Amino acid sequence: MEAIHWHSFFFLLFALVACVFAVAVVVSSNIVRMAFYLVISLSAVAGLFFLAGADFLGAMQLMVYVGGTLVLLVFGVMLTARGPFVNMQTSGGQWVMAVIVGGALLAVLLQTVWGVDAWWGRKIEHVNSQLAETPPTATPLGMALMGIRTDRVGSPAAGECGYLLVFEIISVHLLVVLVGAAYLARAKRNPRKVAAAEPSPPDSIALQSLTLNRDN
Amino acid sequence: MDLLTQPVGLAHYLAVGTILFVCGVVCMAVKRNAVGILMGIELVLNGANINFVAFGAPFLRSDKQFAIGLDGQLIAIFVIVLAAAEAAVALAIALAYYNNHATIDVDRADELKG
Repeated sequence: MEAIHWHSFFFLLFALVACVFAVAVVVSSNIVRMAFYLVISLSAVAGLFFLAGADFLGAMQLMVYVGGTLVLLVFGVMLTARGPFVNMQTSGGQWVMAVIVGGALLAVLLQTVWGVDAWWGRKIEHVNSQLAETPPTATPLGMALMGIRTDRVGSPAAGECGYLLVFEIISVHLLVVLVGAAYLARAKRNPRKVAAAEPSPPDSIALQSLTLNRDN
Repeated sequence: MDLLTQPVGLAHYLAVGTILFVCGVVCMAVKRNAVGILMGIELVLNGANINFVAFGAPFLRSDKQFAIGLDGQLIAIFVIVLAAAEAAVALAIALAYYNNHATIDVDRADELKG
C-alpha cells in the first residue's frame, strides 16, 4: 500500500468537478442552471490554479471571474430569462454534428498533449521533498507588471521582459470597454411609454402603430 | 491507482484544459441563447488559462528548464481581464438585442441575411 500523494488527490478532485460541471453546462438547456454550473466549474479551475503554484492567480480567478464576471452573466440571465427563453432546445441534428466535431477536436488535442514524454511529470522517487515547491507569486507578478522581473535577475534580457506597456494598454482598454458597455446598455426611452405619456397628433400615432406592427 | 500515488504531470493539467476548451466550443455551437454562447466563451478562455498556468509550473515536468515560469501567469492575468471586458461588452450587446427584438435567440438575428 503506497501512500496517497495529496497533490494528485486534490488535482483529481478539482479536475473532476471542473470537467463534470463544464459538461453539465453544455448539456443543460436551462439557462439559470447553466449559470450555476459555470460558477462551480470556474471555482474548481481556481483550485487547479492553486495546485499549479499560482496562488495569486487562483485568488484573482475567484475574485474577478466568480465574483465579477459571473455575477455579470447572472444579471444578463435574469434580465433576459423570461418565459420561452429559459429553456431553449437545440435540434437533434445540431447536437449530433456538434458532438462529432467536438469529439474529433478532443481526440486530436488529447493525442497531441499525451504525445510528449517529458510532460507526464516526475516519478515519486524523483520528488525530493513533500514540502511545497512553490514560492509565493504575488510580489514577482506585481514587479513584472511594473516592468521589473525579479525572477530573471542576472539573465541578459532581464530588463526587456517586463509587462509595463501591456499593463498600461490593458488598463486603458478596460476603461474604454466599460464606458462602451455602459453606453451600449443604457436605458433607451421606450416608444410605447412615450406615446402613452404625451398625446400626439393622429398621424404620428399611426406611424407608431405601424412601427410596432413591424417589430412584432 | 497509479494516479493517486504518483505526482500528476503537465499532461494531466493539459487534458483538463482540453476538456474545458472542447466543452466551450460545443457550447458555443449548440446554444441558441446569447448568454449561453457567452458562457461557452468563458469556458474556452478558462481552458486556455489552465494551459498557461500549467506550462509555467516547473515542478510538473521532467524538463524543468523549458517551463515558461511567471510569463504564463502574467498572460493568464491579462486573459482574465480581457474576459471580464469581453463579458461586459457582449452582455451589453445581448441586452440591446433583447430590447430591440424582444428575443434572446441568436437564430432570430438574421436581418443581414441576403
